[in-house]
Amino acid sequence: VGKGPLNEEAVMEIEALLLQADVGIEATDYIVETLQAKMREEALPLESAIAYLKEIVREILERPFQEKNTPITFAPEQDKLNIWLITGVNGAGKTTTIGKLAHLGQKSDYTCLIAAADTFRAAAVEQVKAWGDRANTEVVANPGKNTDPAAVVYDAISKAQSKGTELLLVDTAGRLQNKKNLMEELGKIRKVIDKKAPDANIESLLVIDASLGQNGLRQAEAFTEVARLSGVVLTKLDGSSKGGVALAISKQLNLPIRFIGAGEGIEDLRPFSSYEFAEALLSE
Amino acid sequence: MFDALSESLESAWKKLRGQDKITANNIKPALQEVRRSLLSADVNLQVVKNFIADVEKAAQGADVISGVRPDQQFIKIVNDELVKVMGESNVPLAEADTPPTIILMAGLQGTGKTTATAKLALHLRKQERSALMVGTDVYRPAAIDQLKTLGEQIEVPVFEMGTEANPVEVAQKGIEKAQAEGINTVIIDTAGRLQIDQDMMEELISIKNAVSPHEVLLVVDAMTGQEAASLTATFHEQVGVTGAILTKLDGDTRGGAALSVRQVSGQPIKFIGVGEKVEALQPFYPERMASRILGM
Ligand SMILES: Nc1nc2c(ncn2[C@@H]2O[C@H](COP(=O)(O)OP(=O)(O)OP(=O)(O)O)[C@@H](O)[C@H]2O)c(=O)[nH]1
Ligand SMILES: Nc1nc2c(ncn2[C@@H]2O[C@H](COP(=O)(O)OP(=O)(O)OP(=O)(O)O)[C@@H](O)[C@H]2O)c(=O)[nH]1
Ligand SMILES: [K+]
Ligand SMILES: [Mg+2]
Ligand SMILES: [Mg+2]
Repeated sequence: VGKGPLNEEAVMEIEALLLQADVGIEATDYIVETLQAKMREEALPLESAIAYLKEIVREILERPFQEKNTPITFAPEQDKLNIWLITGVNGAGKTTTIGKLAHLGQKSDYTCLIAAADTFRAAAVEQVKAWGDRANTEVVANPGKNTDPAAVVYDAISKAQSKGTELLLVDTAGRLQNKKNLMEELGKIRKVIDKKAPDANIESLLVIDASLGQNGLRQAEAFTEVARLSGVVLTKLDGSSKGGVALAISKQLNLPIRFIGAGEGIEDLRPFSSYEFAEALLSE
Repeated sequence: MFDALSESLESAWKKLRGQDKITANNIKPALQEVRRSLLSADVNLQVVKNFIADVEKAAQGADVISGVRPDQQFIKIVNDELVKVMGESNVPLAEADTPPTIILMAGLQGTGKTTATAKLALHLRKQERSALMVGTDVYRPAAIDQLKTLGEQIEVPVFEMGTEANPVEVAQKGIEKAQAEGINTVIIDTAGRLQIDQDMMEELISIKNAVSPHEVLLVVDAMTGQEAASLTATFHEQVGVTGAILTKLDGDTRGGAALSVRQVSGQPIKFIGVGEKVEALQPFYPERMASRILGM
């Protein structure tokens, strides 16, 4: 792969760096080939390879923002209902992210509400309620067991509409993307949102764990179809994982990364920066 | 059976037709395909390197059996090697000579420790071994509620001291309770932690030193990528794991993390998690895992 100005040793080193960051073989091949082409064209010195590499990574990450014409800074619209649907596989960090987002919303003077639509997992409602307390945000939940999550979402939208809530955060149960019935359930939640709140700004965010491998791509494909994703939240970046699969997702599915989770505390959420990501990805 | 690996190997082996021995030279393209396949399955890069070297050694000089297509023969060599690395057959849970058997659960955040704690307790109950689950996660909101809810579902008692308690003390008191009540096995659920979080790793070491577990099970998400190797290395170095549980294998991940965990720790994978429900626990079978990683 990637015959060009870079010698075999340099290519192997770059490949190793990317593969060890979970970028995956396909995206790694693409990046190395792009780098070779660039260096051939512009006869660059070898030392600038890393700088160019970072540029290529940033370009991949920024393309979804440009193509979808979405602003780099991401915020709910004021005086209007914004609904953020938070989805992902089990244990990715959805509920924690909801807590952090509610806190951020409150701090930025939005009126917020949380829908506890994980009606399945043990103590999921208690967990999201604890986050609601921490973030001073009301939580709409159904006290019954195994109730219909779409019904909880419906109730929460009604409440948001009658109260003039600006940001409604919807916590959903973790689900693996190959579970047909659970994905249908999610599709139903999305439909309820579209139907019940046709004028709202809807964001559909997939939560991806930075320690995830190539299955992340399949997750993004399946959730895009069912929940009509508009972006990604990358969690657990406070660990030593680089979250390279998010780069592959960005490239293949044209999804912008919106937020970074970097800890278990309520303040540990940051807006995404392609610069920081590229620097961290390509550091040893 | 034509999966992705077989197909790509077939083209790699075209050159070999008419040759009767696998040599250092003619094996290169096939090894390259195996490398790509393992990396796509999320096996750690370094683990892949070691594994490829083993396969190369095993394949050197192997006679091409007439009537058997060389690509198929090569796949068999790869598969056998993978099964070998993964451990020959499934290894049961430890059982102490004098009860209680003490099991300590460990792992990164969200991997499935609390769920696996309940799954194990149910598994033991079915073998008529009584169990006590101990909740030492004082950090994650509602972690203890989660364990208690699961305990009610499977009718296994939970010992906890609330969220103000010291996890080491909770673990110790839990063991004392099990001893006093003649309970067969204690399973200690712990908070998720990053292996680079030195304070939290110290806490885990303290729990371990305080209770001297017979089994330290590393709970690893089967969807984990390259990190599987380094997290296993650190947990093993610092706490000493005796086995692993690989969770979320009901998904469609190829689960290359299994190979990384096994190779880095040298310890067996004892169980796999195959669902969110408390019954969804199975023994680990190396052959099945090998086929899965190879995409066959
Ligand atoms: N270190 C670290 N841990 C995190 C981060 N985000 C979440 N976690 C932890 O990951 C674990 C799972 O988080 P949850 O928010 O419960 O994940 P979830 O996706 O809601 O899980 P399910 O609802 O069970 O599918 C918890 O222990 C969190 O504290 C993060 O950015 N960094
Ligand atoms: N599909 C599936 N989900 C699982 C499996 N094991 C656990 N889960 C789910 O994964 C999520 C996290 O499980 P937990 O048991 O809370 O994980 P944990 O390691 O205790 O998490 P922390 O305590 O936050 O570190 C939950 O949604 C579980 O239902 C499994 O084998 N398959
Ligand atoms: K995880
Ligand atoms: Mg949750
Ligand atoms: Mg837990």
